[in-house]
Amino acid sequence: MMVISIRLNGEVRELSGEITLDRLLDVLSLPSQRVAVELNQAVVRRQDWPKTLVRNGDRIEVVHFVGGG
Amino acid sequence: MSDTFSLANSTFSSRLIIGTGKYRSYEAMKAAHAASGAEMVTVAVNRVPLDGSAESFLDHLDPGMKILPNTAGCYDAEHAMRTARLAREALGTEWIKLEVIGDPVTLLPDNEQTLDAAKVLVKEGFIVLPYFTDDLIMAKKLLDAGCPAVMPLAAPIGSGMGVQNPSNLRIMREQLPDATIIVDAGVGVPSDAAIAMELGADAILMNTAIAEAGDAAQMAKAMKLAVEAGRLGYLSGRMPKRLYASASSPIAGAIK
Repeated sequence: MMVISIRLNGEVRELSGEITLDRLLDVLSLPSQRVAVELNQAVVRRQDWPKTLVRNGDRIEVVHFVGGG
Repeated sequence: MSDTFSLANSTFSSRLIIGTGKYRSYEAMKAAHAASGAEMVTVAVNRVPLDGSAESFLDHLDPGMKILPNTAGCYDAEHAMRTARLAREALGTEWIKLEVIGDPVTLLPDNEQTLDAAKVLVKEGFIVLPYFTDDLIMAKKLLDAGCPAVMPLAAPIGSGMGVQNPSNLRIMREQLPDATIIVDAGVGVPSDAAIAMELGADAILMNTAIAEAGDAAQMAKAMKLAVEAGRLGYLSGRMPKRLYASASSPIAGAIK
């Protein structure tokens, strides 16, 4: 497996290889309920996480809700 | 008398919409929400922290509240649109408070970018509630773009300065009698909310005035009453302003 580098929520992260989005959230212990994921500036629907591979150089945003006005 | 407030596909009995930011504690927020009588609250979309400290903020909201996500923190149409799409995916709601900021000191809206984003998001099926400068022409453009309501500011976000330009709100109300106008941002005290409602606003959205009050729950109740008082005042039709006095008691018949 080739080590890949991604940018996740603005931070560079190295992964031991390509991984699906649902596994990525799991491996990093990120919440998976009431969150949304964007891959290279396009939303990836929840049902598509298991078939979406994270590749070297990908930019990923995982968002949730916080207090705001 | 039933005076409900309809917006897109929803009807509310409260004309007060409140935020969820800046509260001292979740308990203070919950107490304020309950006291306000509000049926819709705003929330912000934010990156999940990667250090495992993510909290499930939505669990602290009354499940009966309608949630209105915002695009706070976005400085161009593109970021605001991406944020709106993420919010829709995460919550399954088409409702979005569109906020495109033009400058970090004043947090005044970038109306041009707001309009650009509104046009696209409406076409994508969003119920777009845009925060914008209190300008009649921009209001018309946002309504023409398909926004079901417009949300002019009273004053800069978090400033608590109150309605800075009542004439603009009054003109907007008179020239757009059928539009839904929600005053968003700038209210500091209950009288500010009452003034905005007296000028014909259909509803008020506020956060800081309640969250930063010494007693948030009590202020929330005060805002609820002020919005109701202002609304009733508007519906009642105010007396004309006169430069000089007009006696309330009969002049004729007073003893000499």
